[in-house]
Amino acid sequence: MDTTAVAQTGTEGKTWGGGNQPLKASYGKLMMWFFITSDALTFSGFLAAYGFSRFKFINEWPIADEVFNHFPFLHGTDAPMYYVALMTFILIFSSVTMVLAVDAGHRMQKSKVVTYMALTILGGAIFLGSQAWEWKNFIKGEYGAVETTSGKILQFVDADGKRVDIEAFTPVAERTRTTHEAKNGLWYASESELIAYDIEDLKTAFKQDENLLVRTMQLNERGEKTVLDREESVKVLDETGKSIILGANLSNNEYGAPLFADFFFFITGFHGFHVLSGVLILIIVFFNVLIGTYEKRGSYEMVEKVGLYWHFVDLVWVFVFTFFYLV
Amino acid sequence: MAHDTHHHEGATKRIWQVFGILSLLTIVEVILGIIKPEFLVYNDFVALSLLNWIFIILTIVKAYYITWAFMHMEHESAGLRRTVVWTGVFLICYLIAILLIEGGYIQDVYTNGYITWDF
Repeated sequence: MDTTAVAQTGTEGKTWGGGNQPLKASYGKLMMWFFITSDALTFSGFLAAYGFSRFKFINEWPIADEVFNHFPFLHGTDAPMYYVALMTFILIFSSVTMVLAVDAGHRMQKSKVVTYMALTILGGAIFLGSQAWEWKNFIKGEYGAVETTSGKILQFVDADGKRVDIEAFTPVAERTRTTHEAKNGLWYASESELIAYDIEDLKTAFKQDENLLVRTMQLNERGEKTVLDREESVKVLDETGKSIILGANLSNNEYGAPLFADFFFFITGFHGFHVLSGVLILIIVFFNVLIGTYEKRGSYEMVEKVGLYWHFVDLVWVFVFTFFYLV
Repeated sequence: MAHDTHHHEGATKRIWQVFGILSLLTIVEVILGIIKPEFLVYNDFVALSLLNWIFIILTIVKAYYITWAFMHMEHESAGLRRTVVWTGVFLICYLIAILLIEGGYIQDVYTNGYITWDF
Protein backbone atom coordinates (compact mmCIF):
# COMPACT_ATOMS: atom_id res chain seq x y z
CA MET A 1 0.00 0.00 0.00
CA ASP A 2 1.10 3.52 -0.68
CA THR A 3 2.17 5.49 2.39
CA THR A 4 2.06 9.00 0.96
CA ALA A 5 0.54 11.61 3.21
CA VAL A 6 -2.06 12.71 0.69
CA ALA A 7 -4.38 9.78 0.04
CA GLN A 8 -5.06 10.41 -3.64
CA THR A 9 -3.29 12.88 -5.89
CA GLY A 10 -4.76 11.82 -9.22
CA THR A 11 -1.30 11.20 -10.57
CA GLU A 12 -0.90 7.57 -9.59
CA GLY A 13 1.04 5.69 -12.19
CA LYS A 14 1.57 8.71 -14.42
CA THR A 15 5.24 8.93 -15.32
CA TRP A 16 5.46 12.71 -15.51
CA GLY A 17 2.89 13.55 -12.87
CA GLY A 18 4.97 12.61 -9.86
CA GLY A 19 2.91 9.50 -9.36
CA ASN A 20 5.80 7.19 -10.02
CA GLN A 21 8.13 6.18 -7.23
CA PRO A 22 11.29 5.07 -8.99
CA LEU A 23 13.21 5.01 -5.71
CA LYS A 24 10.25 3.48 -3.83
CA ALA A 25 10.06 6.46 -1.49
CA SER A 26 7.23 8.98 -1.47
CA TYR A 27 7.74 12.42 -2.97
CA GLY A 28 7.96 14.10 0.45
CA LYS A 29 10.50 11.70 1.85
CA LEU A 30 12.60 11.86 -1.28
CA MET A 31 12.69 15.65 -1.16
CA MET A 32 13.68 15.51 2.51
CA TRP A 33 16.54 13.19 1.57
CA PHE A 34 17.69 15.57 -1.16
CA PHE A 35 17.54 18.50 1.26
CA ILE A 36 19.53 16.52 3.81
CA THR A 37 22.16 15.64 1.21
CA SER A 38 22.63 19.28 0.25
CA ASP A 39 22.68 20.37 3.89
CA ALA A 40 25.24 17.67 4.66
CA LEU A 41 27.44 19.11 1.93
CA THR A 42 27.02 22.59 3.44
CA PHE A 43 28.20 21.39 6.83
CA SER A 44 31.02 19.44 5.19
CA GLY A 45 32.13 22.67 3.55
CA PHE A 46 32.14 24.45 6.92
CA LEU A 47 34.02 21.69 8.69
CA ALA A 48 36.53 21.34 5.85
CA ALA A 49 37.10 25.12 6.01
CA TYR A 50 37.70 24.72 9.74
CA GLY A 51 40.22 22.00 8.93
CA PHE A 52 41.90 24.28 6.39
CA SER A 53 42.33 27.09 8.92
CA ARG A 54 43.48 24.71 11.57
CA PHE A 55 46.12 23.20 9.29
CA LYS A 56 47.18 26.72 8.40
CA PHE A 57 47.81 27.50 12.10
CA ILE A 58 48.48 23.93 13.19
CA ASN A 59 51.15 24.98 15.70
CA GLU A 60 49.13 27.78 17.32
CA TRP A 61 45.64 26.32 17.53
CA PRO A 62 43.93 26.45 20.96
CA ILE A 63 43.71 23.20 22.93
CA ALA A 64 39.98 22.38 23.21
CA ASP A 65 40.36 20.86 26.68
CA GLU A 66 41.53 24.22 28.01
CA VAL A 67 38.73 26.15 26.33
CA PHE A 68 35.71 24.00 27.20
CA ASN A 69 36.34 22.82 30.73
CA HIS A 70 33.29 24.08 32.60
CA PHE A 71 30.49 22.12 34.21
CA PRO A 72 27.39 23.61 35.85
CA PHE A 73 27.74 24.13 39.62
CA LEU A 74 31.38 23.06 39.57
CA HIS A 75 33.15 26.40 39.61
CA GLY A 76 36.88 26.44 39.20
CA THR A 77 37.20 22.71 38.63
CA ASP A 78 38.85 21.58 35.45
CA ALA A 79 36.23 19.36 33.81
CA PRO A 80 37.03 19.02 30.13
CA MET A 81 34.68 17.01 27.92
CA TYR A 82 32.06 16.15 30.55
CA TYR A 83 29.63 18.88 29.63
CA VAL A 84 29.82 18.37 25.89
CA ALA A 85 29.53 14.61 26.42
CA LEU A 86 26.33 15.29 28.34
CA MET A 87 25.03 17.46 25.49
CA THR A 88 25.85 14.68 23.03
CA PHE A 89 23.90 12.17 25.10
CA ILE A 90 20.91 14.49 25.31
CA LEU A 91 20.85 14.80 21.53
CA ILE A 92 21.36 11.08 20.91
CA PHE A 93 18.58 10.30 23.36
CA SER A 94 16.24 12.76 21.69
CA SER A 95 17.02 10.93 18.44
CA VAL A 96 15.98 7.67 20.11
CA THR A 97 12.66 9.10 21.28
CA MET A 98 12.16 10.51 17.78
CA VAL A 99 12.65 7.13 16.12
CA LEU A 100 10.32 5.59 18.73
CA ALA A 101 7.70 8.20 17.75
CA VAL A 102 8.13 7.27 14.09
CA ASP A 103 7.79 3.60 15.01
CA ALA A 104 4.61 4.27 17.01
CA GLY A 105 3.32 6.23 14.01
CA HIS A 106 3.74 3.16 11.80
CA ARG A 107 1.51 1.31 14.23
CA MET A 108 -0.99 4.21 14.31
CA GLN A 109 -0.65 4.59 18.09
CA LYS A 110 -1.47 8.24 18.53
CA SER A 111 -0.88 8.53 22.27
CA LYS A 112 2.58 6.99 22.02
CA VAL A 113 3.50 9.33 19.16
CA VAL A 114 2.43 12.25 21.36
CA THR A 115 4.53 11.10 24.32
CA TYR A 116 7.67 10.38 22.35
CA MET A 117 7.44 13.61 20.35
CA ALA A 118 7.03 15.62 23.55
CA LEU A 119 10.18 13.97 24.92
CA THR A 120 12.04 14.77 21.70
CA ILE A 121 11.03 18.43 21.89
CA LEU A 122 12.15 18.52 25.52
CA GLY A 123 15.52 17.02 24.60
CA GLY A 124 15.97 19.57 21.82
CA ALA A 125 15.14 22.44 24.16
CA ILE A 126 17.60 21.20 26.80
CA PHE A 127 20.29 20.90 24.14
CA LEU A 128 19.68 24.48 22.97
CA GLY A 129 19.92 25.74 26.56
CA SER A 130 23.17 23.82 27.05
CA GLN A 131 24.60 25.35 23.94
CA ALA A 132 23.68 28.84 25.12
CA TRP A 133 25.49 28.15 28.39
CA GLU A 134 28.55 26.90 26.51
CA TRP A 135 28.57 30.08 24.42
CA LYS A 136 28.22 32.22 27.54
CA ASN A 137 31.32 30.64 29.12
CA PHE A 138 33.29 31.00 25.93
CA ILE A 139 32.33 34.65 25.44
CA LYS A 140 33.02 35.55 29.07
CA GLY A 141 36.40 33.85 29.13
CA GLU A 142 38.28 32.80 32.19
CA TYR A 143 41.84 34.04 32.72
CA GLY A 144 42.17 36.88 30.25
CA ALA A 145 45.15 37.36 27.95
CA VAL A 146 47.24 39.99 26.18
CA GLU A 147 47.20 40.52 22.44
CA THR A 148 50.51 41.36 20.77
CA THR A 149 51.19 43.78 17.93
CA SER A 150 51.15 40.86 15.47
CA GLY A 151 47.81 39.62 16.76
CA LYS A 152 49.19 36.76 18.81
CA ILE A 153 47.99 35.89 22.28
CA LEU A 154 50.09 35.86 25.47
CA GLN A 155 48.71 34.04 28.49
CA PHE A 156 50.08 33.99 32.04
CA VAL A 157 51.20 31.11 34.19
CA ASP A 158 52.95 30.78 37.56
CA ALA A 159 56.19 28.90 38.19
CA ASP A 160 54.33 25.57 38.30
CA GLY A 161 52.78 26.18 34.89
CA LYS A 162 49.29 26.81 36.33
CA ARG A 163 47.22 29.47 34.57
CA VAL A 164 46.96 32.84 36.33
CA ASP A 165 44.02 35.20 35.98
CA ILE A 166 45.21 38.64 34.89
CA GLU A 167 42.87 40.20 37.43
CA ALA A 168 44.67 38.30 40.17
CA PHE A 169 47.96 40.14 39.72
CA THR A 170 47.00 43.45 38.14
CA PRO A 171 45.98 46.05 40.73
CA VAL A 172 43.00 48.28 40.04
CA ALA A 173 44.28 51.66 38.95
CA GLU A 174 42.85 55.10 39.65
CA ARG A 175 40.52 56.11 36.87
CA THR A 176 39.34 59.59 36.01
CA ARG A 177 36.32 58.59 33.96
CA THR A 178 33.71 55.86 33.82
CA THR A 179 32.48 53.84 30.88
CA HIS A 180 30.30 55.79 28.49
CA GLU A 181 26.84 54.31 28.31
CA ALA A 182 24.22 55.16 25.71
CA LYS A 183 21.65 55.86 28.40
CA ASN A 184 23.83 58.50 30.09
CA GLY A 185 25.39 60.23 27.12
CA LEU A 186 25.31 60.35 23.37
CA TRP A 187 22.93 57.57 22.41
CA TYR A 188 24.59 56.97 19.05
CA ALA A 189 28.11 56.68 20.44
CA SER A 190 29.34 53.54 22.09
CA GLU A 191 32.50 52.19 23.61
CA SER A 192 33.50 48.87 25.04
CA GLU A 193 33.48 48.56 28.81
CA LEU A 194 36.45 50.27 30.45
CA ILE A 195 38.22 47.79 32.63
CA ALA A 196 39.76 48.88 35.88
CA TYR A 197 43.31 48.59 34.57
CA ASP A 198 45.05 48.90 31.23
CA ILE A 199 47.91 47.21 29.48
CA GLU A 200 50.51 49.49 31.10
CA ASP A 201 49.24 48.61 34.60
CA LEU A 202 49.46 44.97 33.66
CA LYS A 203 53.03 45.29 32.38
CA THR A 204 54.15 47.07 35.56
CA ALA A 205 52.50 44.48 37.79
CA PHE A 206 54.02 41.66 35.75
CA LYS A 207 57.53 43.06 36.18
CA GLN A 208 57.12 43.21 39.95
CA ASP A 209 55.91 39.65 40.42
CA GLU A 210 58.90 37.34 39.92
CA ASN A 211 56.69 34.25 39.88
CA LEU A 212 54.86 35.03 36.69
CA LEU A 213 55.73 33.71 33.25
CA VAL A 214 54.33 34.23 29.78
CA ARG A 215 52.81 31.36 27.82
CA THR A 216 52.66 31.80 24.04
CA MET A 217 50.29 30.28 21.46
CA GLN A 218 53.10 28.16 20.04
CA LEU A 219 52.68 24.42 20.55
CA ASN A 220 55.88 22.47 21.27
CA GLU A 221 56.61 19.03 19.86
CA ARG A 222 54.61 17.43 22.67
CA GLY A 223 51.56 19.46 21.71
CA GLU A 224 51.74 21.71 24.77
CA LYS A 225 51.83 25.50 24.80
CA THR A 226 55.35 27.00 25.13
CA VAL A 227 56.18 28.74 28.42
CA LEU A 228 58.93 31.38 28.14
CA ASP A 229 61.54 31.84 30.85
CA ARG A 230 61.29 34.86 33.15
CA GLU A 231 63.72 37.12 31.30
CA GLU A 232 62.16 36.47 27.93
CA SER A 233 58.64 36.76 29.37
CA VAL A 234 59.30 40.31 30.58
CA LYS A 235 60.92 41.24 27.28
CA VAL A 236 58.19 39.81 25.03
CA LEU A 237 55.37 41.27 27.08
CA ASP A 238 57.04 44.68 27.27
CA GLU A 239 57.90 44.91 23.59
CA THR A 240 54.88 43.33 21.92
CA GLY A 241 52.00 43.53 24.41
CA LYS A 242 49.31 45.73 22.86
CA SER A 243 45.97 45.24 24.58
CA ILE A 244 44.10 43.18 27.13
CA ILE A 245 41.65 40.56 25.88
CA LEU A 246 38.89 39.20 28.09
CA GLY A 247 36.90 36.30 26.68
CA ALA A 248 36.17 35.65 23.05
CA ASN A 249 34.32 37.40 20.27
CA LEU A 250 34.53 37.52 16.49
CA SER A 251 37.72 39.60 16.38
CA ASN A 252 39.65 38.59 19.51
CA ASN A 253 39.92 35.43 21.50
CA GLU A 254 41.79 35.04 24.77
CA TYR A 255 42.26 31.31 24.11
CA GLY A 256 44.34 31.76 20.97
CA ALA A 257 43.71 32.14 17.25
CA PRO A 258 40.68 34.41 16.62
CA LEU A 259 39.72 32.09 13.75
CA PHE A 260 39.00 29.39 16.30
CA ALA A 261 36.32 31.58 17.87
CA ASP A 262 34.91 32.55 14.47
CA PHE A 263 34.52 28.94 13.41
CA PHE A 264 33.16 27.92 16.79
CA PHE A 265 30.49 30.62 16.72
CA PHE A 266 29.64 30.02 13.09
CA ILE A 267 29.49 26.22 13.00
CA THR A 268 27.91 25.59 16.40
CA GLY A 269 25.65 28.58 15.75
CA PHE A 270 24.54 27.21 12.41
CA HIS A 271 23.98 23.82 13.97
CA GLY A 272 22.09 25.41 16.86
CA PHE A 273 19.91 27.20 14.31
CA HIS A 274 19.11 23.81 12.78
CA VAL A 275 18.21 22.46 16.21
CA LEU A 276 16.00 25.50 16.81
CA SER A 277 14.16 25.12 13.51
CA GLY A 278 13.91 21.37 14.17
CA VAL A 279 12.25 22.06 17.52
CA LEU A 280 9.82 24.52 15.89
CA ILE A 281 8.85 22.03 13.14
CA LEU A 282 8.52 19.31 15.77
CA ILE A 283 6.15 21.53 17.76
CA ILE A 284 3.98 22.16 14.68
CA VAL A 285 3.84 18.45 13.85
CA PHE A 286 3.22 17.67 17.53
CA PHE A 287 0.07 19.82 17.54
CA ASN A 288 -1.04 18.26 14.27
CA VAL A 289 -0.71 14.86 15.91
CA LEU A 290 -2.69 16.10 18.90
CA ILE A 291 -5.62 17.35 16.82
CA GLY A 292 -5.59 14.11 14.86
CA THR A 293 -4.57 15.39 11.43
CA TYR A 294 -2.46 12.34 10.64
CA GLU A 295 -4.95 9.95 12.22
CA LYS A 296 -7.54 11.25 9.72
CA ARG A 297 -5.04 11.08 6.90
CA GLY A 298 -4.36 7.48 7.77
CA SER A 299 -0.61 7.92 7.78
CA TYR A 300 1.99 9.40 10.12
CA GLU A 301 4.46 10.04 7.34
CA MET A 302 4.89 13.66 8.38
CA VAL A 303 6.34 12.46 11.69
CA GLU A 304 8.73 10.32 9.69
CA LYS A 305 9.86 13.29 7.60
CA VAL A 306 10.51 15.60 10.55
CA GLY A 307 12.22 12.59 12.13
CA LEU A 308 14.62 12.38 9.20
CA TYR A 309 15.52 16.04 9.72
CA TRP A 310 15.95 15.57 13.45
CA HIS A 311 18.29 12.59 13.02
CA PHE A 312 20.28 14.61 10.53
CA VAL A 313 20.77 17.35 13.13
CA ASP A 314 22.04 14.68 15.53
CA LEU A 315 24.32 13.32 12.80
CA VAL A 316 25.89 16.75 12.24
CA TRP A 317 26.45 17.16 15.96
CA VAL A 318 28.37 13.87 16.05
CA PHE A 319 30.84 15.40 13.59
CA VAL A 320 30.96 18.83 15.24
CA PHE A 321 31.66 17.09 18.56
CA THR A 322 34.57 15.15 17.04
CA PHE A 323 36.20 18.03 15.21
CA PHE A 324 35.79 20.76 17.83
CA TYR A 325 36.26 18.82 21.04
CA LEU A 326 38.13 15.59 20.36
CA VAL A 327 40.56 15.81 17.46
CA MET B 1 3.20 -1.45 4.17
CA ALA B 2 2.75 -4.72 5.96
CA HIS B 3 3.56 -4.14 9.60
CA ASP B 4 2.86 -7.20 11.63
CA THR B 5 3.49 -7.42 15.35
CA HIS B 6 6.60 -9.48 14.98
CA HIS B 7 8.26 -6.89 12.74
CA HIS B 8 7.46 -4.16 15.25
CA GLU B 9 8.98 -5.91 18.21
CA GLY B 10 12.09 -6.33 16.08
CA ALA B 11 12.10 -2.64 15.17
CA THR B 12 11.88 -1.46 18.80
CA LYS B 13 14.57 -3.89 19.84
CA ARG B 14 16.82 -2.61 17.06
CA ILE B 15 16.31 1.02 18.22
CA TRP B 16 17.49 0.25 21.76
CA GLN B 17 20.33 -1.86 20.45
CA VAL B 18 21.55 1.02 18.28
CA PHE B 19 21.16 3.42 21.19
CA GLY B 20 23.41 1.09 23.21
CA ILE B 21 26.02 1.05 20.45
CA LEU B 22 25.98 4.85 20.02
CA SER B 23 26.27 5.40 23.78
CA LEU B 24 29.12 2.94 24.08
CA LEU B 25 31.05 4.56 21.22
CA THR B 26 30.50 8.03 22.71
CA ILE B 27 31.67 6.85 26.14
CA VAL B 28 34.80 5.34 24.59
CA GLU B 29 35.49 8.62 22.78
CA VAL B 30 35.00 10.70 25.92
CA ILE B 31 37.20 8.44 28.05
CA LEU B 32 39.97 8.48 25.44
CA GLY B 33 39.56 12.26 25.14
CA ILE B 34 40.03 12.69 28.87
CA ILE B 35 42.92 10.32 29.57
CA LYS B 36 44.65 10.78 26.19
CA PRO B 37 46.96 7.73 26.35
CA GLU B 38 50.56 8.70 25.51
CA PHE B 39 50.96 5.76 23.17
CA LEU B 40 48.04 6.89 21.01
CA VAL B 41 48.85 10.60 21.08
CA TYR B 42 52.53 10.36 20.14
CA ASN B 43 52.33 7.65 17.50
CA ASP B 44 51.32 8.68 14.01
CA PHE B 45 49.88 6.75 11.11
CA VAL B 46 49.78 8.61 7.77
CA ALA B 47 50.29 12.08 9.26
CA LEU B 48 47.58 11.67 11.89
CA SER B 49 47.95 10.46 15.48
CA LEU B 50 46.44 7.07 16.29
CA LEU B 51 44.09 8.78 18.75
CA ASN B 52 42.68 11.02 16.03
CA TRP B 53 42.28 8.02 13.73
CA ILE B 54 40.25 6.30 16.44
CA PHE B 55 38.08 9.39 16.95
CA ILE B 56 37.38 9.81 13.25
CA ILE B 57 36.67 6.12 12.63
CA LEU B 58 34.32 5.91 15.64
CA THR B 59 32.53 9.03 14.38
CA ILE B 60 31.97 7.47 10.97
CA VAL B 61 30.71 4.28 12.63
CA LYS B 62 28.25 6.40 14.64
CA ALA B 63 27.18 8.22 11.49
CA TYR B 64 26.55 4.84 9.85
CA TYR B 65 24.28 3.68 12.66
CA ILE B 66 22.34 6.95 12.81
CA THR B 67 21.75 6.95 9.06
CA TRP B 68 21.10 3.25 8.59
CA ALA B 69 19.04 2.49 11.70
CA PHE B 70 17.47 5.77 12.84
CA MET B 71 16.89 7.25 9.40
CA HIS B 72 15.82 3.83 8.09
CA MET B 73 18.32 3.95 5.23
CA GLU B 74 18.64 0.16 5.48
CA HIS B 75 15.02 -0.17 4.31
CA GLU B 76 15.33 2.24 1.38
CA SER B 77 16.02 1.12 -2.17
CA ALA B 78 19.62 0.76 -3.28
CA GLY B 79 19.16 3.65 -5.71
CA LEU B 80 18.18 6.11 -2.99
CA ARG B 81 20.97 4.88 -0.73
CA ARG B 82 23.56 5.46 -3.44
CA THR B 83 22.12 8.83 -4.45
CA VAL B 84 22.53 10.15 -0.92
CA VAL B 85 25.66 8.38 0.31
CA TRP B 86 27.88 8.41 -2.75
CA THR B 87 27.23 12.09 -3.48
CA GLY B 88 28.28 12.99 0.04
CA VAL B 89 31.22 10.64 0.34
CA PHE B 90 32.87 11.57 -2.95
CA LEU B 91 32.45 15.31 -2.53
CA ILE B 92 33.60 15.27 1.08
CA CYS B 93 36.72 13.25 0.26
CA TYR B 94 37.60 15.70 -2.49
CA LEU B 95 36.93 18.75 -0.31
CA ILE B 96 38.95 17.45 2.62
CA ALA B 97 41.90 16.38 0.51
CA ILE B 98 42.26 19.65 -1.35
CA LEU B 99 41.61 21.97 1.61
CA LEU B 100 43.85 20.15 4.07
CA ILE B 101 46.72 19.87 1.61
CA GLU B 102 46.39 23.58 0.82
CA GLY B 103 46.21 24.48 4.54
CA GLY B 104 49.33 22.43 5.19
CA TYR B 105 51.11 24.19 2.35
CA ILE B 106 50.26 27.67 3.69
CA GLN B 107 51.44 26.61 7.14
CA ASP B 108 54.70 25.52 5.54
CA VAL B 109 55.12 28.91 3.87
CA TYR B 110 54.45 30.72 7.16
CA THR B 111 56.96 28.57 8.99
CA ASN B 112 59.75 28.14 6.46
CA GLY B 113 59.19 30.91 3.94
CA TYR B 114 60.68 34.38 3.92
CA ILE B 115 57.66 35.93 5.57
CA THR B 116 57.73 37.28 9.10
CA TRP B 117 54.33 37.23 10.63
CA ASP B 118 55.38 37.44 14.28
CA PHE B 119 56.60 40.98 14.80
